[in-house]
Amino acid sequence: MECYVGIDLGSTTSKAIYMDAHANILGRGIINSRHNYTLACQIAQEEAENHSRFAILEQSIRENGTGQSIAATLMPVLRAKYKLAEHNAQLAELRRICMKDLDNWKDPMAASLYLEAVEHILHRMEQEAVDIYREDTAEKSDFFRDIATSQFMEFAQDQVRRHVEELSFERLVGIFDRAIIRVESVSFAKSFSAHIDFAYREVAAMPAFAPYRDQIHAAVKIADEREFNIVRIVGTGYGRQRLPFEKEQIRSEILCHGLGAHYMFPDTRTVLDIGGQDTKAIQVDGNGIVENFQMNDRCAAGCGRYLGYVADEMNMGVHELGPQAMQATKTIRINSTCTVFAGAEIRQRLSVGEKREDILAGLHRAIILRAMSLLARSGGISNEFTFTGGVAKNEAATNALRTLVRENYGEITVNISPDSIFTGACGAALFARN
Amino acid sequence: MSTTATESVQKEQSMLLQKDMIADHFRRLGRAKEEGKKVVYTFVPGNLNELILAFDMLPVHPEINALQSAMRKKSAGYIREAEKHGHSEDVCTYVKCDVGMLKSGNIGPTGEKLPEPDLLLLSYTGCFTFMKWFEILRKEYNDCATVMLHVPYQGDGAITEEARAYVVKQLREVLVPQLERISGRKLDHDRLEELLASSARAEEDLVSILESAKQKPSPIDAYFGGVYYIGPIFTAFRGRESCEEYYQVLRSEVEERIRMKSGPITPEGPMHNEQYRLVVEGPPNWTSFREFWKMFYDESAVVVASSYTKVGGIYDTGFRHDARQPFESLADYCLGCYTNLNLPSRIDLLEKYINEYEADGFLINSIKSCNSFSAGQLLILNELEKRTGKAGGFIESDLVDPRYFSAANIKNRLESYFQMVDAKRQNRHTPSSRERA
Repeated sequence: MECYVGIDLGSTTSKAIYMDAHANILGRGIINSRHNYTLACQIAQEEAENHSRFAILEQSIRENGTGQSIAATLMPVLRAKYKLAEHNAQLAELRRICMKDLDNWKDPMAASLYLEAVEHILHRMEQEAVDIYREDTAEKSDFFRDIATSQFMEFAQDQVRRHVEELSFERLVGIFDRAIIRVESVSFAKSFSAHIDFAYREVAAMPAFAPYRDQIHAAVKIADEREFNIVRIVGTGYGRQRLPFEKEQIRSEILCHGLGAHYMFPDTRTVLDIGGQDTKAIQVDGNGIVENFQMNDRCAAGCGRYLGYVADEMNMGVHELGPQAMQATKTIRINSTCTVFAGAEIRQRLSVGEKREDILAGLHRAIILRAMSLLARSGGISNEFTFTGGVAKNEAATNALRTLVRENYGEITVNISPDSIFTGACGAALFARN
Repeated sequence: MSTTATESVQKEQSMLLQKDMIADHFRRLGRAKEEGKKVVYTFVPGNLNELILAFDMLPVHPEINALQSAMRKKSAGYIREAEKHGHSEDVCTYVKCDVGMLKSGNIGPTGEKLPEPDLLLLSYTGCFTFMKWFEILRKEYNDCATVMLHVPYQGDGAITEEARAYVVKQLREVLVPQLERISGRKLDHDRLEELLASSARAEEDLVSILESAKQKPSPIDAYFGGVYYIGPIFTAFRGRESCEEYYQVLRSEVEERIRMKSGPITPEGPMHNEQYRLVVEGPPNWTSFREFWKMFYDESAVVVASSYTKVGGIYDTGFRHDARQPFESLADYCLGCYTNLNLPSRIDLLEKYINEYEADGFLINSIKSCNSFSAGQLLILNELEKRTGKAGGFIESDLVDPRYFSAANIKNRLESYFQMVDAKRQNRHTPSSRERA
């Protein structure tokens, strides 16, 4: 089938969208950004293609008379099993690379000691894989790196506790760090056939789905054999200049966010995008064409990286910031718009006994205050407003935004899509189609 | 790329002429003290060049020295030097660059030492910093003689009879006596009239050159190229024969380019295939001037009109120096400088440019350390968008402090801006998910 591809190479994550000729989104792919942008582009695209195949598979099952009734229960299980197969393949690669690393160690005593420890860790990771991908957790978007890192750290600490005199935690982590970079550079996305076959066999063996195995098999076959004829690709985001594309195939992320937001919420007139390293306030017309935009130029305070810095400062993961800030009972005022000075303010507030959650609530408000100033510069908010970018996933940030929008502009419809992180890629796909 | 790599970058005769004029001026400045010539430091907006020349004095323009230092990559060091002497990070970087140059031996753009001033002549035309700047210089130059022409701000958007009379009275009763005292000679009225008549002839040619940008393709870039074109007439040369000659030569070169339907000359040769016609508000960045310009001509974008090329006089709305009314026309010149206009007048002028030069859009380069220009620029942006419906862009940089030019960010913004102009031109309908459903 003919399709159009949009790719958004951000500073933190790379996203891809597959779209058909009628501007229907077929599939979405997202991965951690890599230093190698060409590879990031390729893997995100493959993810989106697999996602598209799943959409085709689901449609085929639904179109089949008897399939209609099982689609709702079948698809989460099928997806979970597919992800499990993918996860296992990555684990196998992680094991292969770790072992190869240890093979090259000059000291045979140390090598055998660490080999045993790594064996234990990897074995536990393999055992737990099944639990990670039960059907009720299948929709979680965690990257392999995130899951593997937290597991490896936990099990490595166990090993070090057991062999205090012999093992160094840092050396164990070093083995993992060297390996995970290489695992991320391998494309597993191409192995759709193998992984879907595994998933099919698993579900076909389940009593609930066994009676439908032929229909499921037929749908799997359609999805697996579907060919995608990519008519045009358009790239956007901070890595766009490094894509091996023609100039016409590279669009500014400002235009892509504007068009993507229009696609998702057609009455949008103002878009705010808080990305990893910049914040953009964009005004669009009724067709999603950008009329005006403002960006942070001389200083990047208040961008997504600000939260990364705060997380480091508080010794937390970025994803934990929002939920903790939601526990706040009051909002501490953070004055500094400078990321580094905000760090100093955090330490000062902690030292006088303020609660972490209250400080975090203040930091989220500080970020949004910076964005409000850019919004005002771009012409303010007079109609429907859409918030995009990675920070739009953070509930504390979106709450602060809703409050400040109401305080400054009154009752305005604020749109935040669960797929907001794909807005730029979506706009790029629309440009490809146009 | 908009230029052809194989085309040789031939310097035009006007460029060589201007280079010679500048070299000659700085040579004369270098010999000023031994030849007993008096030196007047003054600023570009509202400069009284004809009056200075009528007394056979030599002008020095501190802000031109600052921008020249930036183009020669010396401003960063000069600014550091000034900061070492207590000038804050937020001060106008022209001032700090000039003070730093002074503290580093006062070597001018041609490598010759600049003479100390015999007089600081301040035409106060809207920029408050100019006054503070000369306060600093007066102290640095041992209480050097200082004279100030107070030019009333055009708060109501027009030059009133009272304002004109007030400026003329100061010229007659304060400026001329002071210049006579410093130069040791009486004002030669005939000489002043000759100089003013010559200015008017050069101004006529300048206007024709600037208005050539109404052609499609435009034969000139009225911002990046424009800053070179205004060089002689905004500085030490207005009123001189060499200035008249320069504009005659430049005008004939531009007319030839119109005949050949060729685009503006860039540092990489003539630009072909004009894609975007822009109006620009605000001064350029000088530290990365070439890099900044390249971001435009690489996209085949040409600036057809700019406000910055009006800081030393707005001639294209009809003003000319007038030998028949020497003091009145000098007064009108000072009162009418771009820096002395109120916001509504600036908006009207830019709107006129956008319409008359058939621009695709307009850009504001907002200068961090220049409140005089930057205050109100967002209002200008919003109002122009509303009035013209054309795409407005906003970029931020600085005059001569390289720390405030972030090439990657500015390029990113400009790329987005050009694509925005494209998208607006095409105005294509894109379906939304609602229409899909």
